[in-house]
Amino acid sequence: MKSDSAPIHLEARAVSRRFESPPGLSERVAGWFGTAPLPSVVRAVDLADLQVRRGEVLGLVGESGCGKSTLGRMMAGVLPPSAGEILLGGQPVMAPGPRGRKTTSRVQMIFQDPFASLDPRMRIGEALAEGPLAHGLVNAAGSAAYVAQWLQRVGLPAEAAQRYPHQFSGGQRQRIAIARALAMQPDTLICDEPVASLDVSIQAQVLNLFLELKADLSLTMVFISHHLGVVRHLCDRVAVMYLGRIVEVAPADALYAHPRHPYTRALLDSVPRLDLHSESDVIALPVPIQGELPSPLAPPPGCHFHLRCPQAQAQCRQDAPAVELVSAQHRVSCHRWREI
Amino acid sequence: MSEATQLSSAPGIAVDGLEPVMSVRDLRTHFEQRHATLKAVDGVSFDLYAGETVGLVGESGSGKSVTGYSLLGLIDAPGRIVGGSVHLAGQQLVGLDAAGLRAVRGRQLAMIFQDPMATLNPVLTIGAQMQLALQAHGRIPEAQARARCVEVLRQVGIPDPERRLQAWPHQFSGGMRQRVAIAIALLHKPQVIVADEPTTALDVSIQAQILTEIHRLVQDSGTALLWISHDLATVAAIARRVLVMYAGRIVEEGPTRAVLHAPRHPYTAGLLGSLPQSSTPGQPLAQIPGSPPPLDALPAGCSFADRCPHAQARCREEAPPRVSDSDRAWRCHFPLHLADAEPRASGASGASGTR
Repeated sequence: MKSDSAPIHLEARAVSRRFESPPGLSERVAGWFGTAPLPSVVRAVDLADLQVRRGEVLGLVGESGCGKSTLGRMMAGVLPPSAGEILLGGQPVMAPGPRGRKTTSRVQMIFQDPFASLDPRMRIGEALAEGPLAHGLVNAAGSAAYVAQWLQRVGLPAEAAQRYPHQFSGGQRQRIAIARALAMQPDTLICDEPVASLDVSIQAQVLNLFLELKADLSLTMVFISHHLGVVRHLCDRVAVMYLGRIVEVAPADALYAHPRHPYTRALLDSVPRLDLHSESDVIALPVPIQGELPSPLAPPPGCHFHLRCPQAQAQCRQDAPAVELVSAQHRVSCHRWREI
Repeated sequence: MSEATQLSSAPGIAVDGLEPVMSVRDLRTHFEQRHATLKAVDGVSFDLYAGETVGLVGESGSGKSVTGYSLLGLIDAPGRIVGGSVHLAGQQLVGLDAAGLRAVRGRQLAMIFQDPMATLNPVLTIGAQMQLALQAHGRIPEAQARARCVEVLRQVGIPDPERRLQAWPHQFSGGMRQRVAIAIALLHKPQVIVADEPTTALDVSIQAQILTEIHRLVQDSGTALLWISHDLATVAAIARRVLVMYAGRIVEEGPTRAVLHAPRHPYTAGLLGSLPQSSTPGQPLAQIPGSPPPLDALPAGCSFADRCPHAQARCREEAPPRVSDSDRAWRCHFPLHLADAEPRASGASGASGTR
């Protein structure tokens, strides 16, 4: 399916999410003595705009604390945004307000840790049937056959329904988590680091499963990962986040071949390359990014990346860069992308 | 490059006039359970030369971390080193009592763990715990000890080290904590450092910084580094020689480039094939079917036979011996990428040509 002509399916419009903590005792004491209290608001996601077309797999990459999981959770409708809205097929995924609830079962989420996402005291069959029964997708009489169908779809035997989570390996548990999400018959999956805790050989099995599901069920997927190789393999388009902001979005080929944002470049350079075809004995060390991620409590003014950016100039320290179009499909937020 | 790097092309073979700094032979670490014995490490042998970095790669449960812990005698009951030897600069470490091990650990042989908080004491300042580590092997004047702490912190890239000595572990980021753990490992200029997944918990940008720094540090100091990791890419970046472990044994070893370019063992080939880099984006990855065998019920033959696409009857009956050929070695009856004219698994030399 040619995804750049498909209609926009899932959309984040100027979405922000703040996390606030009330001042603790030490902050209040410090306040009495006139010390300025530390800011206690984290802008985990700051004015994110993102569109995912129907049938597309969008990769969301960045380092820890960049906001990729927070954005993913908002897109899955499990975390209300502080501002902006998430639309699925033109409809909001959550009712408005801070206590708003998810309004649709069309989007489901898969988490990194399949140990934590399954109830250890619930048989696999019950865990898989719970949601579909509650939503009337199946009746009690048909639920066993329904569960068996989804277990087989992810490559597990139907008998797995009788067993408990601890009787499965990590890879099998992740398959169960995928089956449980699919049993809700969603058209959209948000996958948060679904293969990060798996060994390489098991990771390949689960990635192949995702490729199959994408083709067979024409799912729209958001695939959150810190692993750039995995994202390249699976995703049609990739969005790069840094300190709460989306800094670059492009088709995967273009992003990996011609990254425009200095952060994207630096991130790609810092991944150790495994060149299987070179016989040279020279060790190719990755090129590190200078410095560390600044505290998200106090992000630097202007472009968030300017402290670590080799190309930063005066303008970068003052003004946050606007989104600019490199091509119709490729957007970047950098003052200097044309020159570098 | 130093002469040590040339030596690295001879695993398991003593080179004229140069002894390995650490020599491990037939190491066996088993865990006794009520009804079974888990053979976590089952006959591991390798050598480490001064200034060389060797990668030890394997998946969860392959025994790579237990191997690393065994070198330092860090095995608790029900685990036990049941056989083999670990020689460090001529001294046998297996069988040493607690006092003997304490004298070696930290001074000649240091370890870096995946989680730096496992190394750092949360209720001591960085300076206090570095002093403790330094004074554990003999009294040093306060000023001199402090100067040494500042020196190693600077070496690992911690800015403003004099001031940071007063800081607490919780005031450091994950990457900075791991740097402090590396600094503590370097305090006594050990001959060997064992690093168990030291960058796995870190972001790629910080991982790249630490890889670069640790590579420079071991090159400068002549320390031998055993880099234990599940990640072939980091091993390829830092280690010239690689040992691939599967179900408690080293199934393949050799210069990293050669092993990655033309693996002999089907397990190594399978691991490489299952990396996303190995195939065109969007195409199915070559996957290794099944999962590793339970360590308390290893098959009689090759432990990889049940998952191996090339397995034959012999593989299930007879455990493959270690076959070596110039700078490479493998445990497989039907190794891959040997020149076609060469009789298979003969162990004859001269099959260095790779396809």
